[in-house]
Amino acid sequence: MAMLSFERKYRVRGGTLIGGDLFDFWAGPFYVGFFGVMGAFFTILGTAMIFWGASMGPTWNPWLISIEPPDISYGLSFAPLKEGGLWQVITICAIGSFGCWAMREVEICRKLGMGYHVPFAFSVAIFAYVSLVVIRPVLMGAWGHGFPYGIFSHLDWVSNTGYQYLHFHYNPAHMIAVSFFFTTVLALSLHGALVLSATNPPKGEAVKTPEHEDTFFRDAIGYSVGTLGIHRVGLFLALGAGFWSAVCIILSGPFWTRGWPEWWGWWLNLPIWR
Amino acid sequence: MKIELPLAGALFAVAAAAVVYTSFTLPPVLSTQNGWRGTAMVQIELPAHRKALQAANVVPEAQPPAELANEKSSAVYENVQVLGDVDSAEFLRIMTAITEWVSPEQGCTYCHAEGESLASDALYTKVVARRMLQMTLKINAAWKPHVAETGVTCYTCHRGQPVPAEVWYKESPPPEPAYAGNRNRQNQPLPVVGDSSLPHDIFEPYLSKATDIRIGGVKALRTGPNPSIQSTEGTYGLMMHLSQGLGVNCTFCHNTQNFADWQTSTPQRVTAWHGIRMVRELNNEYLDTLVGAFPANRKGPMGDVAKVNCATCHQGVNKPLYGVSMVADYLALKSGR
Repeated sequence: MAMLSFERKYRVRGGTLIGGDLFDFWAGPFYVGFFGVMGAFFTILGTAMIFWGASMGPTWNPWLISIEPPDISYGLSFAPLKEGGLWQVITICAIGSFGCWAMREVEICRKLGMGYHVPFAFSVAIFAYVSLVVIRPVLMGAWGHGFPYGIFSHLDWVSNTGYQYLHFHYNPAHMIAVSFFFTTVLALSLHGALVLSATNPPKGEAVKTPEHEDTFFRDAIGYSVGTLGIHRVGLFLALGAGFWSAVCIILSGPFWTRGWPEWWGWWLNLPIWR
Repeated sequence: MKIELPLAGALFAVAAAAVVYTSFTLPPVLSTQNGWRGTAMVQIELPAHRKALQAANVVPEAQPPAELANEKSSAVYENVQVLGDVDSAEFLRIMTAITEWVSPEQGCTYCHAEGESLASDALYTKVVARRMLQMTLKINAAWKPHVAETGVTCYTCHRGQPVPAEVWYKESPPPEPAYAGNRNRQNQPLPVVGDSSLPHDIFEPYLSKATDIRIGGVKALRTGPNPSIQSTEGTYGLMMHLSQGLGVNCTFCHNTQNFADWQTSTPQRVTAWHGIRMVRELNNEYLDTLVGAFPANRKGPMGDVAKVNCATCHQGVNKPLYGVSMVADYLALKSGR
């Protein structure tokens, strides 16, 4: 496959974590590596399992296909394949596949001499997933507390899990997570608007420089975080959103079993105004 | 500035750590699945909490069976307006049980005025007790869709107290705000609505009057006049009470994917539907009608009598007294004879 003119410079040998030179090659434009091979294995196996599960289910409608976790009564043991065991195998494949992708990112970072920002960021997303299907179910004592793998069914699960605690908007970590999500969107929209404005001047005017961008925000809000800084802010906000989402669901059940509004009793009972 | 900021940060961290440490509970938790796997229709409880509830909801031992006198109570006693066809010995046994259930400390004289004939209606409590017996008979005979064969006795609500622990009165109207700050009976974190900001005036509209509870739309996009957001929140407030009263969460009755849909709801929702109608009837026909009998000190701020809600019987358990039928030992309270 043809390579782009600058691509050769990035095809650096070494930096692998496992497998030495054995898997240190590219398939077309894609770096392979040990984790590429393992990741492909988990991905193909897991996807095949989903299709197998779907074939045994009542529908091929992609919105409605759902692979459900076992009944709560199975606790933390293996369930028969057709009664949630499939979900367990798919969960293992998913974690394996996501983990391999993250480690492959690490190897690429090492090849390029970069920091590990990208795999770290992806790890937060993996952590959020693992929170839902491993950490929380283990803390609550049953795999059945994991979410089903289906487009609509996982949304219904989210709804019901929220209503297990009567009013989920009172979950303090959910509040923090939602704030992070909205702030991420606000920051991205401000940043996108700024870049688009600076790079699309009126006819006859030159493209604006970062100095101009900084000046705009110093005028508007008295401070500009700068061209590099905004990406740090964006990363922090986005990872905060994912991290606190994971926290808010780990709290719900293992560390709080009643309605979330009731949790605020400590606030209502502060000696200042009790 | 250089010292204050870290100091403030440290103080905040200590306060936050204290809140986290004291407010949360720890695993393990007990979970009871009540929907298809993967739907997250699950009831979650702390073991200690369930233990405490079980200890608080033990049925008292039944009175020893009576040796039948083969004479109707109405033939032996005067002024017997309910349970008159019951054998007089069984009638006396039931009276003994009622004393144990309702006024164990005050004894018989709580209803039967001291020094007067047993037939005397001098005390208001006797008039009320008679009406309550009629209510019990009505529930056990006519409200089987809610109480099934388990039935109820005085103890289901009273639990050894003359006034049941969980009753409600009409709310007095909120004070007229001088210029702003009308809370509209919401945004006050009261226990009836699980400490949420939802409207807390939920009993009179829904459990006395028959305000529509099921106001969910049947179409994704609505056309025409809609119920207001306030009525939606009123329903939510009432449902908070149901959840608290029964010690369950929303998924005990609903698949929240569609609250309104009966097809995806659990059978318990049908039981609850009948229960709400039962409570309305009890409040309107058996309790509010006693307004003339009760003395002022037993009435609420609006001059109404104490009324029932879900918690009056359930007391935090989805089947009152964990489903143990006390009526089985007092069949007269079911059949009326």
